[in-house]
Amino acid sequence: MPPYDAAAARAQAGGYQRHTWPVRLMHWINVLAFFLLLLLSGLQIFNAHPALYWGKSSYTGRPPILQMDARMGPHGNPMGVTRVFGHEFNTTGVLGWSADTDGQPTERGFPAWITLPSQQWLAMARRWHFFFAWVLVINGLAYLSYTLASRHLSRDLMPTQADWRSIGQSIKDHLLLRHAQGEAARRYNILQKLAYLGVIFGLFPLLILMGWGMSPGLDALSPGWIDAFGGRQSARTIHFVVAWLLVGFVFIHVFEVIVSGFWNNLRSMISGRYRIADEERTHE
Amino acid sequence: MNSRRRFLLRALAASSALLLSGCDRLSRSEWFTSILDSAEKLTLGAQRLLQPRKAMAQEFTEADLSPDFRSNGTDNPDNPEYQALAASHFSGYRLQVGGLVAQPRAYSLAELKAMPGRTQITRHDCVEGWSAIGKWKGVQLSRVLEQVKPQPSARYVVFYCADPMDELGTRYYESIDMDDAWHPQTLLAYELNDEPLPIENGAPIRVRVERQLGYKMAKYVMRIELVERLDHIAGGKGGYWEDQGYEWYAGI
Repeated sequence: MPPYDAAAARAQAGGYQRHTWPVRLMHWINVLAFFLLLLLSGLQIFNAHPALYWGKSSYTGRPPILQMDARMGPHGNPMGVTRVFGHEFNTTGVLGWSADTDGQPTERGFPAWITLPSQQWLAMARRWHFFFAWVLVINGLAYLSYTLASRHLSRDLMPTQADWRSIGQSIKDHLLLRHAQGEAARRYNILQKLAYLGVIFGLFPLLILMGWGMSPGLDALSPGWIDAFGGRQSARTIHFVVAWLLVGFVFIHVFEVIVSGFWNNLRSMISGRYRIADEERTHE
Repeated sequence: MNSRRRFLLRALAASSALLLSGCDRLSRSEWFTSILDSAEKLTLGAQRLLQPRKAMAQEFTEADLSPDFRSNGTDNPDNPEYQALAASHFSGYRLQVGGLVAQPRAYSLAELKAMPGRTQITRHDCVEGWSAIGKWKGVQLSRVLEQVKPQPSARYVVFYCADPMDELGTRYYESIDMDDAWHPQTLLAYELNDEPLPIENGAPIRVRVERQLGYKMAKYVMRIELVERLDHIAGGKGGYWEDQGYEWYAGI
């Protein structure tokens, strides 16, 4: 009797092992560390001074490029105001002026339901942020080592010649919400590869580097290095923008996960097993 | 299959709600915050490992100066003794330096100004997120330490300040370790932007610790004490804001 082969058995049952366990584990650590804890505590830290600047300092004689605050409205009631590049928006209830944890409206940048801790508490937010920043960096380094050593990067993520040629078709397919079927669903498409590579080698490293650039201790490693990015306050602005770009990535990512087979995708990131689309139809 | 999906969906929703409200509860628990606190030691260790002891904070040019240097925290100490000193332009001011030193002594403002000074244009980074660039002149703390001669057991320099922070009269205080104390950019500053240090920025003496955040740079310094441990002073965490939950190491 031949030895039991789990992968082959699963393949016969109409699926294959899409993600290895280290990738699955590191994916979910990243979800927890970045999307939940770092983002939410970062917004609380931002609330301590809800304004962004470009340059080496905040006080250069130029106004902030983004600012949230509260002022008296025309009827004597306070309103939240957000100014972006000199354009003013009434953001009462969400940005600048919103309910605190006790339900009382108060002046605060982001609202209580999206900050960690929910009440205004900078010291605690910093503790969450810097703890999970270490988790993010260690998880990121583990991922990079794994993805290189296991050839996950070269095998699954690097675009091939054929990928590049398919880019026009891939854009069209994405817009029409058409998804790969059968054998083609085993591989990432070109837009998917570019998005993952951009996040792994672009946004996350930039986010982390700009975080370091805000540290007066790390600034002293090679005095002036942060000026290559415009200065410390520019670094703070870039850190903020990149964090939101990552949120944008997450939204698109989750949207694609839903429209291209939510349960199949989710299962492949939990147990690893992914079913090929036309088999899924015959089995269900 | 359907029951499994429903279970998964419910589990997902429940765990995310639990996570978010749970985070606030965790913030109030001692065991969890002590786990979070472990990152501070990791950060301090990593930064000290990477950073040479004498690594210098960035210095800027006059063109980078902030038009006016923002005052934050106390801008005029509500303290009669301090007000009396200020009324006499600090002629009666004596900076007491003592604790674990061989030769404790007191310095008048004139004596501090007569010592060799250092001028530096540096960026002040507030824990809130803003930065301002100012030109500071003062005497290096290392010059004072050379005169008072720290004992080998001294591990921290504590700055006691004139500004009361609450109705109970709790005074501001701060502390740094000996690495930062001997650092060439660590000043007892008495000038800002070529003028005598204004009261709102900490007259007559404010500390500059350029590789850390603003709250380490105590204003209205009245007394300096060298100590071996910090846990017997005030809240025991080494500074007024540290006692309120901020990190003692503010290099990040």
